[in-house]
Amino acid sequence: MPEAIATRIPPPRASGLGWRTLDPQSCWSLRVELAAAAGPMATAGLPLALAACRAATRGEWAALWLGPDEQLLVGMNSSHAQFEPRLAGALAGIAHALVDVSHRQAAIEIAGPDATRLLALGCPLDLHLSQAPVGLCTRTVFAKAEVVLWRQEADRFQLQAWRSFLPYVTGLLALGSQELAPQA
Amino acid sequence: MSGRWRLAAGGNDLDRSRPIRFEFDGRAYQGLQGDTLAAALLANGVHLVGRSFKYHRPRGIVAAGPEDPNALVTVRRDAARTTPNLNAGQVELYEGLVASSQNRWPSLRFDVGRVNDLLSRFIPSGFYYKTFMWPRTAWHRLYEPRIRAAAGLGMAPAEADPDCYAQRYGHCDVLIVGAGPAGIAAALTAARSGARVLLCDEQPQCGGSVRAERAARIEGKPAAEWLRDAMQELAQAREVTVLSRTTAFAYLPHNMVALSERLTDHLAAPPPGKPRERLWQVRARQVILATGAIERPLVFPGNDLPGVMLAGAARSFLHRHGVLPGNRVALLTAHDESYGTALDLKNAGVDIVGLADLRPRASGALVEAARRAGVPIRAATTAIGTRGNLRISAVGLSALDADGSVSGAPEWVDCDALLVSGGYTPSVHLHSQARGKLRWDGAAQSFVPAAAGQPCRSIGACSGLTGAALAEVFSQAAAAACAALEACGIAARPASFTTSDDMTSGGSWLGALPLPGAMRGGKAFVDWQNDVTAADLALAVREGFRSIEHIKRYTTTGMATDQGKTSNLNALAIAAQQLGRPIPEVGLTTFRMPYLPVGFGGLAGYARGELFAPLRKTPMYDWAAARGAVFEPVAMWQRARYFPQSGEDMHQAVARECQCVRRTCGLFDASTLGKIEVAGPDAVEFMNRMYVNSWNSLQVGRCRYGILLRDDGFVYDDGVVARIAADRLHVTTTTGGAPRVLGMMEDYLQTEWPDLKVWLTSTTEQWAVIAVQGPQARAVLEDLVGQADISAAALPHMAMTRGLVCGVPAMIFRVSFTGELGYEINVPADYGAEVWNAVWQAGQAHGMCAYGTETMHVLRAEKGYIIVGQDTDGTMTPDDAGLGWAVGKSKSEFIGMVSLRKPALRDPDRKQLVGLLTADPRHVLEEGSQIAATPGQRPPMRLVGHVTSSYYSPVLGRSIALAVVSGGRARHGQTLYVPTPRGETAVTVTQPVFYDPKGERLNA
Repeated sequence: MPEAIATRIPPPRASGLGWRTLDPQSCWSLRVELAAAAGPMATAGLPLALAACRAATRGEWAALWLGPDEQLLVGMNSSHAQFEPRLAGALAGIAHALVDVSHRQAAIEIAGPDATRLLALGCPLDLHLSQAPVGLCTRTVFAKAEVVLWRQEADRFQLQAWRSFLPYVTGLLALGSQELAPQA
Repeated sequence: MSGRWRLAAGGNDLDRSRPIRFEFDGRAYQGLQGDTLAAALLANGVHLVGRSFKYHRPRGIVAAGPEDPNALVTVRRDAARTTPNLNAGQVELYEGLVASSQNRWPSLRFDVGRVNDLLSRFIPSGFYYKTFMWPRTAWHRLYEPRIRAAAGLGMAPAEADPDCYAQRYGHCDVLIVGAGPAGIAAALTAARSGARVLLCDEQPQCGGSVRAERAARIEGKPAAEWLRDAMQELAQAREVTVLSRTTAFAYLPHNMVALSERLTDHLAAPPPGKPRERLWQVRARQVILATGAIERPLVFPGNDLPGVMLAGAARSFLHRHGVLPGNRVALLTAHDESYGTALDLKNAGVDIVGLADLRPRASGALVEAARRAGVPIRAATTAIGTRGNLRISAVGLSALDADGSVSGAPEWVDCDALLVSGGYTPSVHLHSQARGKLRWDGAAQSFVPAAAGQPCRSIGACSGLTGAALAEVFSQAAAAACAALEACGIAARPASFTTSDDMTSGGSWLGALPLPGAMRGGKAFVDWQNDVTAADLALAVREGFRSIEHIKRYTTTGMATDQGKTSNLNALAIAAQQLGRPIPEVGLTTFRMPYLPVGFGGLAGYARGELFAPLRKTPMYDWAAARGAVFEPVAMWQRARYFPQSGEDMHQAVARECQCVRRTCGLFDASTLGKIEVAGPDAVEFMNRMYVNSWNSLQVGRCRYGILLRDDGFVYDDGVVARIAADRLHVTTTTGGAPRVLGMMEDYLQTEWPDLKVWLTSTTEQWAVIAVQGPQARAVLEDLVGQADISAAALPHMAMTRGLVCGVPAMIFRVSFTGELGYEINVPADYGAEVWNAVWQAGQAHGMCAYGTETMHVLRAEKGYIIVGQDTDGTMTPDDAGLGWAVGKSKSEFIGMVSLRKPALRDPDRKQLVGLLTADPRHVLEEGSQIAATPGQRPPMRLVGHVTSSYYSPVLGRSIALAVVSGGRARHGQTLYVPTPRGETAVTVTQPVFYDPKGERLNA
């Protein structure tokens, strides 16, 4: 009988000037009528994002508004077990779809003074702070890959891509950061 | 050539402390830092820089900027870094630059192609439309290849481009194109109001005409000083980006403007790894166009000799590079500014041998200043020809009569340069690309911007203010910037700019110059780059062309790489005169993007090699690659096609893999199959409406093969669907169909059935899918599975359960695409590689092999399982594909249901899926082969179907094929005929299931 649990092997790590792949996070796609779920989730200490294209965070918990009935839930730097039962409890009795997508996607952090310039090589959105304030989250594209972009601080972003798109995204970031690096 | 071409002092663009060596056509020259190649060649007395396209006539530098129609050169760094058709006025000099002329053989000074000029009587415009018509067969074999070889300037490098290219999206409140006085004033106004500004200019340094300004003072400072201060202010403004060497070449919808920024072409040693160009896609809330105007040449015989140059270009070379166009200079003009040029050249020590003005009289401060300085002015005078071989030596000037005609004999005036000006044409290209309207300004004799097609404004010379006082330009620019800011909702702080010692100028000449009535011969060029003369345009009109668009295509005027920047208005004026209609009635040809040629590298950007597109790989990719798998692209995925062992070709590897799966077991990576979780209280109802099947009866823990149609009743996708909970279905799709199936589901859910409480989530990449197939599959897995019973009784075919595999929470599906006992284990993707490896290790005791998509194709074909997109082609109903059994008979609604009732879709003669067995068991039919019902037909044959899948089946020891044949199910047992390149092959129609038709192995 199988005793040992196989080792988890996330997509290859990569990094460059101003960006790095992050450790695996817990992620769920939650589809639910926001009005019905917001109260119970807040009570459970897992607040949902109420404003369009904005994230709600609390400690290691984050909810990213991706659509009127769609939130990407993220447990940062923490185990699944911490959130799973609380999620189930809060959503009990409410029509919803909660799907674990922790292995579907991986996150890259892009930080530093050149962060918006680096993103601008593939992201067509206006990332000026006046247009994309801290807390902004949205589904968008990075060149030919679909991504979720989340501005955590003025010069710190999290970019999530499906795992098979990760080498493409990091490949572009590597070229971009090389391009932005000060000349030797 | 002797002479003094460079002044000892002066030249706004120069760094005189840095001499630069360069090479042109194999000869070494010296220039200065800040020179363009054109300026440096002129500084060495070189005017001859190329041969013309059609007649191979010697050609010189005409303009100082990218509008020059002649000075196209090839710049070579190495074999791979060789760029043809660069404009010498745009190529910046760097140490060691190597450039060469084009379109000449064996040399620039002696060119064999010049014979075309002598034969020109036989090759008028449109000659190839008439000459190469017959014999018809010669077009493809003879004429077209020859014409293609002769056409085109320069040679593209044969090697791959070793440079890298960048791209970037940009956003701003106001994009200002052109950093001349108008653009800078607008930028300052916007910047001082706190707006986000992007200012771009195609020149290495901003300033435009300010850089060649002679006397005017701005804000009390000399123009050069004001320019320096203004650029410094802009550089320090936080929200302002200034891009030089940046051409705005395309104005796209929604105020998206494409810019090409040249980053390293001007450097002697480009830094390794840094991009050569950057393509900007700028989304601007408001655009201000300050693109200036282009000076028009004059059309008269011999106007293309080297040494004939635009007067404004000569002024630019003088002030920016300290370069003289000649030492004995004549001018022929219809514009006041040329008087200033004559004056400046005279002050620089040049002998002005005459200034001929086409106008009866000219006046104004510039004219008076030139007259006072002793410039020999001849009013009402035209040129009837030039003399010289590779350089102008004299110009023939004739007085114009009061009625504008020429009667007297010409006076030949010796000169080594002739400066011409027909006035200025506003550069309305971008305004027009943005679908803006144009208006004919009769006073200015030019088309000027009227209503804009997008949020953009034109200011300065491109708005029609050619020759206007700087004060007028500045106030217009500031007002336009304020209006643009207001449109952005930004409170504008109006700026004003004082000027003094500012001069205005004017004047214009359109079309060909008058010639003596008796004069014939001598080519008067309109379009230098495509060698179109005034006579060619007249010929086109004589031959019946009336529309300017047709005249353009017939003569090719304005169709070269310069897109007629210097020629279009003259061509239009000549056509209008020949047609006897006013210019605005004849109209204007379309301004197309790009404004200037753009390299392919910049357009491709990062999208090359590995980064051309995402190359999707599964968690098990590395394992397969390490074992020498051969991969094939499926949609964006890389899938292992087969695993050759030493010495095996594909056929042998696939035969081995097939036998192994049938005899023991095989391991297959099915991770790429699309997976969609359909969840919510209405999940089953949603599936009832989407798929043809009935889902109500599907129990939790059971699977069903589902078929999705389009509205038209044709098969769109298929896959196994499992009910993993009462309110949750796990839907699988084809690998390539995953995105479009999810898109179609979302479309219907959001637009047709928003009332359903159900949600769709793609889980394709959440799960790694490990298929274990073959009689030994259960034996292999038994030891790895925990908390689940996978016995035949507990987990029959088309059942699923949850459990642990190697301790990892998994979904285990008892499904098969091989016809063998099989399982598909779904584990969270990060565990995929390890679980796969564990299964592989466990399988070794059972003789397990890894197999790829090619073996999968053979195994499924042996069982008659279709592949959507291979055995179906978008015109197959479920019944056509032999899948009528899957359609829920008592359903009231599903996509495509209504269409399936159409008589045409129920016709018994529709093409139906069948099996084919060749008479010769070794003969594997070609997929796509056509099928005839009777033998020996000659084309056109009556065909009844075609082969969709065809393989050699190792387990059956013979070839098998799937085909779609008209009325095929009624033809079982019949013999049909497949025409092949080697003759006709007889085939027998069979059931499409070739192996284990009773499914005993499947249910083992």
